[in-house]
Amino acid sequence: MASELMRECYEIQGGNFDRAGEISSEIKAILRDLAVNPVTIRRAVIVAFEAEMNVVMYARKGKLTFVLTDEEVELVVEDEGPGIPDLELAFQEGYTTATDEMRELGFGFGMGLPNMKKNSDELKIDTEVGKGTTVHAKIRLDAHA
Amino acid sequence: MKLSEIRDLLRCEVLAGEDNLSVDIQYVVASDGMSEILAFARSKELMVTGLTNIQSIRTADIAGCSAVLYCRGKRPDSRVIEFAKSRKIPVLVTPMLMFDICVILHDKGLKGVS
Repeated sequence: MASELMRECYEIQGGNFDRAGEISSEIKAILRDLAVNPVTIRRAVIVAFEAEMNVVMYARKGKLTFVLTDEEVELVVEDEGPGIPDLELAFQEGYTTATDEMRELGFGFGMGLPNMKKNSDELKIDTEVGKGTTVHAKIRLDAHA
Repeated sequence: MKLSEIRDLLRCEVLAGEDNLSVDIQYVVASDGMSEILAFARSKELMVTGLTNIQSIRTADIAGCSAVLYCRGKRPDSRVIEFAKSRKIPVLVTPMLMFDICVILHDKGLKGVS
């Protein structure tokens, strides 16, 4: 059983593009201070950033929980958003429901979920249309390059 | 190739990191889509983009890019430049188009990422 070393919880404000990514930057700083290997940091922070951007783009609000154990980084991102009607479709590279406004901000090109999958060792998404989405991601500390 | 050579080659203005142009660049990642950059960059690339908002610097920071080059003469606002300085990421701007930038850098032996 992995032992928990650290747990932090952050609120994400939907629609606030200026601050989007701040939580991921903070997680990066924490992991770097703890001398976690750079590949793991990179993977974990990409997952956190994509998840954070999804909440900012689509949801009213959300919450990111960051847990560090002696074996992995665990990220749980819950939002009060529209939910994802077709998860299989959402995982296809290039598929997007983003608005022009979102794309002008550099996101919404249909790479978010594929990026999260690529950089996680475990990824599970629970979603309900009209209620919201929860992303559970685990990134091992002994990550391969 | 040193970032200072890229500055001269592409007629860039340096907006941040003037003291940090000796960094060596071998790979380039070019896109206006931040998730594309996150998907393909492996770290230490030059990131070429036309997107000048704060997310461009945040993406470079998270992807581990060595420097950001804005194309088509697009300039970020001062808040974005300050953020880049705080992250120690050199920022350059060139009037050239993304396609031309990539062709010139490719001809000089730099490689793309995939």
